Amino acid sequence: MSLSPLEQEIAISVTKVLVLFAILLTVFSGMTYVERRLLAFMQFRLGPNRTGPFGLLQPVADGIKLFFKEEVTPEGANRWLFVAAPAISLVTAFLAVAVVPYGGTIHIKGRPIMLQIADLDVGVLFLFAVSSLGVYGIVTAGWAANNKYTLIGGLRSSAQMFSYELALGLSWVTLIMVAGSFRIHDIVDSQAGWIWHWNAIRQLPAFAVFLVAATAEVNRTPFDLPEAETELVAGFHTEYSSMRFALLQMAEYINMITASAVGASLFLGGWHSGLPGLPASPLWFVAKTLGFLFLFIWLRGTLPRFRYDQLMHFGWKVLVPLATLWIFVAATILVVRHS
Amino acid sequence: MTLTLFHAILFYAFGGLALGGALVMVSQRNPTYSAFALIVTLVALSAEFGLLGSPFIAALQIVVYAGAIMVLFLFVLMLLSVKAEARVEGEGRVFKLVALALGALLAAEVGSALLAAKTPMAGGFDASARAVARLLFSPQYLYVFEATSILILASLVGAVALARREGGR
Repeated sequence: MSLSPLEQEIAISVTKVLVLFAILLTVFSGMTYVERRLLAFMQFRLGPNRTGPFGLLQPVADGIKLFFKEEVTPEGANRWLFVAAPAISLVTAFLAVAVVPYGGTIHIKGRPIMLQIADLDVGVLFLFAVSSLGVYGIVTAGWAANNKYTLIGGLRSSAQMFSYELALGLSWVTLIMVAGSFRIHDIVDSQAGWIWHWNAIRQLPAFAVFLVAATAEVNRTPFDLPEAETELVAGFHTEYSSMRFALLQMAEYINMITASAVGASLFLGGWHSGLPGLPASPLWFVAKTLGFLFLFIWLRGTLPRFRYDQLMHFGWKVLVPLATLWIFVAATILVVRHS
Repeated sequence: MTLTLFHAILFYAFGGLALGGALVMVSQRNPTYSAFALIVTLVALSAEFGLLGSPFIAALQIVVYAGAIMVLFLFVLMLLSVKAEARVEGEGRVFKLVALALGALLAAEVGSALLAAKTPMAGGFDASARAVARLLFSPQYLYVFEATSILILASLVGAVALARREGGR
């Protein structure tokens, strides 16, 4: 069977999308199990250990349970938007992964294939754009359910994501300046060589801002105010049940995986090993992403939740000025070096 | 099927989506629906920019309009829980006539502009981040660009000052 160049191109792209989709879904269901077990370990509990060996089949059991539960739509809810909200959340969550590169270029039958779905010239901007759209899913879910707890959860979340997005974007500016490109591929390549070429070390202030802002952006503890259960029941997804709840939950986890993958690419050198002797490989990228995921769980097991005013105060009066200051410092260093 | 045909199909599909969103936006009486329709239009427009080979403009379109301005719009609409506009009996016949006249004028203008344009205007320019930055920071536009940003800053500070006085803090 011979395919035209265009058909080959499309076949390769579709394969990449399907493979990545499958990997993400697997990591998602794995994460629900790993998170519960790790948290339990940190809190001197056992966690789910009854379903299958070591409780490994727990995600399957959870999936079946959620699938067969009754789907409830509150009476005063806005039907259209109530159904659309989980879809919006999930689409924006999956969209961001498209521009993250997980390896260099490999050759299959002499044909170069990039280990990335879309190698955009403006990859970093695309990430920023998609992450800013992620708010809509949560806001819509909160508003459409017609419930005061979900509404406050949704509003809080939009204010929080809006505030921390700014710091997140500012933390990327210096990486773009150093690499001289918006392409994520170029930013990863600018960190090749020794481990101290990684942006996490070379640009420590930017990395610190990124870590905090990314945690807030994916609504993880200590920034999980949109779903602060002591005051808001379950926040924006209070009224969701069955598969719609599962989809919202999936979007949250995919967002966390994306944030980890982005952190691994932009700050930890992506697929580069950090030692000139060791070859670059997608396995490094996977290891770094898993490291970030572990960090997110670790934070949840360690830190208490912020109060809302503290959260806003910290975002606007500490993170944003710090990121801006670092841009000035980095720009000065760059100019001095060039002249 | 060739790549150009594929692009053309996508282009007109997103164009239709943008127009449909815009129509829903102006015909809706519920402001929240209008805001959502506008977001659809903005995202579809961004896709058009991307298809025309300007991913930079496409990304900016989302970051600035869909990602920032519209979030604030929705935020305010939901915070005030604005209900759908009520229909008033026999409302503004004069307005309808004026609107029809102005609409006809606009259609005529757009039509004449389309007839005057001989070459396809879209996509024939370099709108990469580099080119836009060169132009923006060239002596020609630098002053205007910086003046605009100071203007925006001034209005922000002004808004904060006004809000503070009313709050009595």
